[in-house]
Amino acid sequence: MKFSLSWLKTWLDTDASLDEISTTLSAIGLEVEDIENKAETLKPFVIAQIVEATRHPNADKLQVCRVNTGAGEVTIVCGAPNARTGLKVVMAPPGAYVPGAGITIKIGEIRGQKSEGMLTSFRELGLEGDADGIIELPEDAPVGEPYAKWAGLDEPIVEIAITPNRGDCLAVRGIARDLAAAGLGRLKPFTAPAIAASGASAITWKNEFPEAAPWVLGRTVRGVKNGQSPDWLKQRLESIGLRPINTLVDITNFFTFDLGRPLHVFDVAKLSGNALTLRRGQEDDIFLGLHGKEIKPGAEDCVIADAAGAQSLAGITGGETTGCDDATTEVFIECALFDRVRIAQTGQRTGIFSDARQRFERGIDSQILPEALDAATALVLALCGGEASEVTEAGSRPEWTREAKLRFERIRSFGGSDISAAEAVASLERLGFAVRTEDETSVTVAVPSWRNDVAQPQSLDQAPDLPGAEAAAEGAAEIEPEVDLIEEVLRLKGLDAIAPVSLRTDSVIPAPILTAKQARTALARRALAVRGLLECVTFSFADDATCALFGETPEGLRLANPIAADLNQMRPTPLVTLSQAAARNVARGFGEFGLFEVGPAYAGDRSQALVAAGLRVGETPLSALAPSRRYDALDAKADALAVLSGLGVPMDAVTTTVGSTGYYHPGQSGELRQGPKTLLARFGALHPSLCAKLDLPVGSVAFEIFLDAIPEPKRRKKSAPALPPFQPLRRDFAFLVAETTPAETVLRAAKGAERNIITNAVLFDRYQGKGVPEGQASLAIAVTLQPSEKSLTDAEIEAICAKIVAEVGKKAGATLRG
Amino acid sequence: MLSDDLKTLLDQALGEIGTADTEALEALRVSLLGKSGSVTMLLKSLGGMDPEARKAAGAGINLLKTQITDAISARRATLDEAALTTRLAAERIDVTQPPRPEPLGAIHPISRTVEEIAAIFGAMGFAIKDGPDIENDWNNFSALNIPSHHPARAMMDTFYLTGGEVLRTHTSPVQVRTMLSEPPPIRIIVPGRTFRADHDATHSPMFHQCEGLVIEEGITLGHLKGCLSDFLSAFFGVPNLPVRLRTSYFPFTEPSMEVDIGWNKKTGEIGGGTDWLEIGGSGMVHPNVLANCGIDPRRYQGFAFGVGLERITMLKHGINDLRLFYESDVRWLRHYGFSPLSPATLHEGI
Repeated sequence: MKFSLSWLKTWLDTDASLDEISTTLSAIGLEVEDIENKAETLKPFVIAQIVEATRHPNADKLQVCRVNTGAGEVTIVCGAPNARTGLKVVMAPPGAYVPGAGITIKIGEIRGQKSEGMLTSFRELGLEGDADGIIELPEDAPVGEPYAKWAGLDEPIVEIAITPNRGDCLAVRGIARDLAAAGLGRLKPFTAPAIAASGASAITWKNEFPEAAPWVLGRTVRGVKNGQSPDWLKQRLESIGLRPINTLVDITNFFTFDLGRPLHVFDVAKLSGNALTLRRGQEDDIFLGLHGKEIKPGAEDCVIADAAGAQSLAGITGGETTGCDDATTEVFIECALFDRVRIAQTGQRTGIFSDARQRFERGIDSQILPEALDAATALVLALCGGEASEVTEAGSRPEWTREAKLRFERIRSFGGSDISAAEAVASLERLGFAVRTEDETSVTVAVPSWRNDVAQPQSLDQAPDLPGAEAAAEGAAEIEPEVDLIEEVLRLKGLDAIAPVSLRTDSVIPAPILTAKQARTALARRALAVRGLLECVTFSFADDATCALFGETPEGLRLANPIAADLNQMRPTPLVTLSQAAARNVARGFGEFGLFEVGPAYAGDRSQALVAAGLRVGETPLSALAPSRRYDALDAKADALAVLSGLGVPMDAVTTTVGSTGYYHPGQSGELRQGPKTLLARFGALHPSLCAKLDLPVGSVAFEIFLDAIPEPKRRKKSAPALPPFQPLRRDFAFLVAETTPAETVLRAAKGAERNIITNAVLFDRYQGKGVPEGQASLAIAVTLQPSEKSLTDAEIEAICAKIVAEVGKKAGATLRG
Repeated sequence: MLSDDLKTLLDQALGEIGTADTEALEALRVSLLGKSGSVTMLLKSLGGMDPEARKAAGAGINLLKTQITDAISARRATLDEAALTTRLAAERIDVTQPPRPEPLGAIHPISRTVEEIAAIFGAMGFAIKDGPDIENDWNNFSALNIPSHHPARAMMDTFYLTGGEVLRTHTSPVQVRTMLSEPPPIRIIVPGRTFRADHDATHSPMFHQCEGLVIEEGITLGHLKGCLSDFLSAFFGVPNLPVRLRTSYFPFTEPSMEVDIGWNKKTGEIGGGTDWLEIGGSGMVHPNVLANCGIDPRRYQGFAFGVGLERITMLKHGINDLRLFYESDVRWLRHYGFSPLSPATLHEGI
């Protein structure tokens, strides 16, 4: 919402400075977004007159103009077709910066003719208006005067953000009222002028859709002369960025912003029949809206129709064919009250934004229709002449009896502020609330009709099967209007009056704030970062084609209104977007790194799971001490195990199964499980064809840890550890196994051979090649024996070793390598 | 006293020992003190002497042996020392070279901020709640007093899935879920992902919010202001950080207010200067929201607030480009990321 200071002052009697006004507006909830002062940018431009315009000798489309600047005559070459002898124009002298064109004027030559300035269009000045040619000023425009001053553009324009609850402040008068209530002056009264009406309106209302249009008024004015508006009106509109069209239309726009009262004018000559009907949209309704597009209203939309069909989308936009133009001689002024919810719904359905819609859907003053119509009529009569008819009306004035009660004690116990009862009541009265009853503890006020946001009819949407629903609803009905009043009192007082109070806790020692799951998330993050991976945060969505490389892309996870085609599908795993992030880094020339993200993976049933996913690209860091090598699947396994171990998963219970889902390399991937069912993690090299599609180096490795699947570690006290005084022994074995035999089988078998004594078994060599039969591998393991009762004799050791060989032989089909 | 013979022998032996290398020294030891060494032979010859002569000669020979033995030991020590020195010199490595690289990774600034927020609100008795990113319309809008026709819906630029679900536009649905699942008193914060269809230099279609909700008997706007002041002072590390509330509008709170903090626009210093910077929204929970969730507003009241996590992270650490939070440029991640070894805790300092 924009307004100029002079417009504001037509409603507000004040000496306050622009600065005070601006500060106060922001403080009372009308946030100032911008204060624009065109006086600065338009300063160099002066009113001038073309003394003589002649054809440019060397160019068909150019003219050479002798221009009187008031300070002398200059020559200007001009390309505008409307440049002509005698025209009053706006001239940019040398040195002037032309904001709409982004150039600074210099004296120069154009096709051999000297040019000492520029004649400008509205667009070149950064103003609304015709851009086809240079500005044509009226004959009485004073040559030599600054254009901005003459055009009334030399004053500040304030732009404020109006929150959806304050429809009353989409009006200059509403803003003035709030400022006056905040102590910044006096609101000037609005009294409707008396209209000398004669005769019935040539157009009458017929209301077939009263739910949508509870009350409509209108009247015709015969014998009007339409055309350009007077300067003051054009300047008002131009100052807030509206383009003047013709007087009748300009009047409707003026009242939309002045009183927040949208109006519409029909050219009676263009209407068929002598009635306008408010009705639901019908199948064959179609008309061209004022915004230049065809409108096909639906049955839930309210239209205004004449005998020929729908001509206006009620409360949103009028129709092109029945609008007023310079030839209009009889006008019908529409002043209506439309249902705000229907307007909002029709607005959403059609996607048409208009100043009228904005006001109707936020709620206009339902009580001032007759006064507003009279004010508009008076202005039409004053500017266009003519004779006004009687008012035609359908429906009736809606009841407005809202009241609200404020218990003064609640200003403290809810608002946290000390404001006296007298001050609270005075604030409410300045805002237009009328005291109905008042005693020492409370006041009951009547809500003014322009404050649709206060004490609204209750609109709850309670959860089903809610215990205590009724009492809660009653409570809200009782409390809500009071809260509205507290808000009014507080915002006028200023929220600085609220004294801060620290929240107290029952205990000085806070309970743990994180749930076990949240703590695990944090721990997983730290575990991965400690291993050298960089944490990323990537989008939850990507393009469906990339998502499809990582699994299902169900329709149910497709965005109906993606902001870009490459962000249209919820990711099935964070690896989708992490891979894209990795590819971006590779493309930037960074080929060695590890990334991870702890974030959501989305499933077809719209559920989400928390996944710690990571990715390593390239080789281990360069060093003189250890040769670089490519990251491999087992690095990814190590990452996953580090997290699982950190989260308290007993490592003995974790088994590795060979192979994983399709986006991993089938021969270089695996899955970590606890028990046969619980899938804890996947790891492996990414599938080479996936890498190729994503522009990732082949051999990049990845892992996914399913944090939600990890059972919570049991918080048991540990039993005392056995710390036997006997030295542990190490015995090494080399087994021949089939090359597909998992090392884990060999190690588990060895460990299981004598549980009381064998405490560890480690694989330290894997060899295939000369000396090992084709299709087999040699696995060398070191087994730790920890005697617990007494030192082991050689015979006992031999027996255990034999057991190990036997057990590994049985479980893994292994033979001791000779 | 040594006889001249013995003296000659001693001098010669000491001379040879003094210049012997390890091998020669061992040869000398054998030739002098070995089984048939010259000194050993002299000692053996004592056995054939009469007691008088043995006494006279014995002292000299024993003295000779002792001196030679000592000389050999001393020479050996010298040689060992020299050998060690030589070996150590040979074993020199370049300790200026970098060790085997074990690079530390980094925690993303957003995660760090969440940790810090959790620590601060934890001390004030809050719990952290999570909720799903894919929400139903009721939780995201209707329960929060935003009916379908409400103009505020247009402010939110909502993403919809084809099945009609919404990507939550704020973390507020978790307020609703919490109020429905547990009775007051409630003190929760909800950090998490949020989504709006807006993408430019200062808007990201996915971003993070942290919601706060307090529902208790006797909670007033004063508590809202106090709680936010305490939090913001602790988070930015500026004691008594100026905090200002400004009247605004949100459908789910009433009254609603924007939260500003004091800062210096020119230097970016938080808490300095005379300028104000908006960092979030807040208000008293709307009676309709309480009633929609079955809480009687006559008994319970409270406040809610929301801050943009990217925004406060950018302010705290001087990060100037929102888009880079999600770009995952390894250079940026290393530059702004945090060490995993120092988690955010109140006792270690935030």
